[in-house]
Amino acid sequence: MEPDGVGFAAERPVTALLETVGLTRFFGSVRAAEDLNMRVEPGEVVGIIGSNGSGKTTFLNLATGYLKPERGRILLEGRDTTALLPRDITRLGVARSFQIPQLYLGMTVLETMLLSVAARAGHVGVWGPLKRPGWADEGLQVLAQFGLDPHAGRAVRELPEGSRKLLDIALAVALRPRLLLMDEPTAGVSTEDKFEVMDTLLGVISGSGITTIFVEHDMDVVQRYSQRVMVFDQGLVIAEGEPAAVLADPEVRRAVLGHV
Amino acid sequence: MSARARTTFLILLGALALLLGVPLLLSGWILFLLTVAAAKALAVLGIVLLLRGKLLTFGHALYYAVGAYAAGMTVKYLGVHEVLVLLALALAAGVATSAVLGLLVARYRAVYFALLNLAFSMVLYGILLKFYSVTGGTDGLGIAEPTLGGFRLGGSSLRLAMYELTVVLTTLLVYATYRFFMSPTGYTLRAIKDNEVRVEYMGVSVWRAVYVSYIIAGGLAAVAGGLIAISVGHITPDLAFWSQSGEFVFVAILGGTGSVLAPIVGSILFEFVRNYAFELSPYTWQMTLGIILLLIIFFLPGGVWSLTALASRRSAR
Repeated sequence: MEPDGVGFAAERPVTALLETVGLTRFFGSVRAAEDLNMRVEPGEVVGIIGSNGSGKTTFLNLATGYLKPERGRILLEGRDTTALLPRDITRLGVARSFQIPQLYLGMTVLETMLLSVAARAGHVGVWGPLKRPGWADEGLQVLAQFGLDPHAGRAVRELPEGSRKLLDIALAVALRPRLLLMDEPTAGVSTEDKFEVMDTLLGVISGSGITTIFVEHDMDVVQRYSQRVMVFDQGLVIAEGEPAAVLADPEVRRAVLGHV
Repeated sequence: MSARARTTFLILLGALALLLGVPLLLSGWILFLLTVAAAKALAVLGIVLLLRGKLLTFGHALYYAVGAYAAGMTVKYLGVHEVLVLLALALAAGVATSAVLGLLVARYRAVYFALLNLAFSMVLYGILLKFYSVTGGTDGLGIAEPTLGGFRLGGSSLRLAMYELTVVLTTLLVYATYRFFMSPTGYTLRAIKDNEVRVEYMGVSVWRAVYVSYIIAGGLAAVAGGLIAISVGHITPDLAFWSQSGEFVFVAILGGTGSVLAPIVGSILFEFVRNYAFELSPYTWQMTLGIILLLIIFFLPGGVWSLTALASRRSAR
């Protein structure tokens, strides 16, 4: 890549961690993304806000290879990942959590976590045990970061919804990603608990320096926890910038709250 | 080792010593039944392994027959009689076949997985039936005068040697399968049962885990086939028939899927029930088996093996 001017480059590196170019995807006549161009720089915490059906989750599905765009490209540190599968993109350092926790209900919390740790270690053996001391320590450490260590021996099936949500995110963090994508981290979490959950999450994230994009429909959460916000409306980015300013815009408020 | 693990280990060691020592006490016929049961338990173990990933096959007899015919045809056409060589070839044939078919089969799930396996097994059945000049058709092939370490086996020496060999091999393979269950790929298979999408989002290939599991299951069934071929001394295309696959599934449910040991218990129980049900009532023995299956499904959905969990819970109380 051609370096730009020095002053500009210092503020905005030539190669973004994640960049999308003209990303477009329709579902029939429904526009989920059209000509979506975004850059996320290393270390940023970006919030994406929008009403239901504005294309937030579709964006995560496109960025992780679960859905393929009709047009456009996705670049991870300049490398085109548009054609890759979710597991390949995950291996390149992009981890993702889900709006509805995607867990293994038949296992214990620790077993689930150990699968993530084994995946982080790139280990898919058929002989050595999953439950080995080194991995168990690592797994318990991640669980402890999320306050889940007391539940380590419990069946995932028995966990309350809030803990499942945290475990879902902990599994992604255990992969030690460079980029973490979170889909509605406070969805399903009670209003009283949502700030506590976000404090926990952001504590872990800022502690480990993971670049983060999270999708939310809650204005308070986005305003408080993101450094930069992007507003989605019917597949388009209608506003972008510093949270307080963007979210004060009546047009944005109408788009986010309007057609819920 | 925890006290509980040590107790379990000692119980298992005792059971193995008992099984190895059984020939001192029991008649030849029962010894033969136990050999058949222990060998077939390996094929059932393959079913149980796949069921951990919610993969049900109605064609596993395919690999059972591949193992049996690999052994039988090696004796007939290559003149090799050494039991351990025959078993190694059975295993190799099973692994090679499942590695090829698995490339396709591992992409399918649920009823498609079950029926695709069934279809392949019936194709093999047809081949074994029609290529009379090579396979002997419905007459099958006889396996003459196997040797073990150069010693020719026959009659009671064959029975005894195959019994001990089967017990040892089954023990080793059951242990290996246990290791697999506890390994990252073994756990991944369980994870696949619950949520394939999440597995992929951990950066782990679902396809690979299913493929590897399928090959292991195929290899287990092929060793079972090799052991049966040598022990019985005669093989026919029926080894690949769908009802044989159904029997493996039946025994898997009968024994339960909660432990690598369950197939052994289920298999021994099945062989004895079938044998005695047939003796008591030659025309309704299948009904007897059907009723037993119904009772298991309604009252012991975890299979006979779940009784041990009940027992250990009671003793812990």
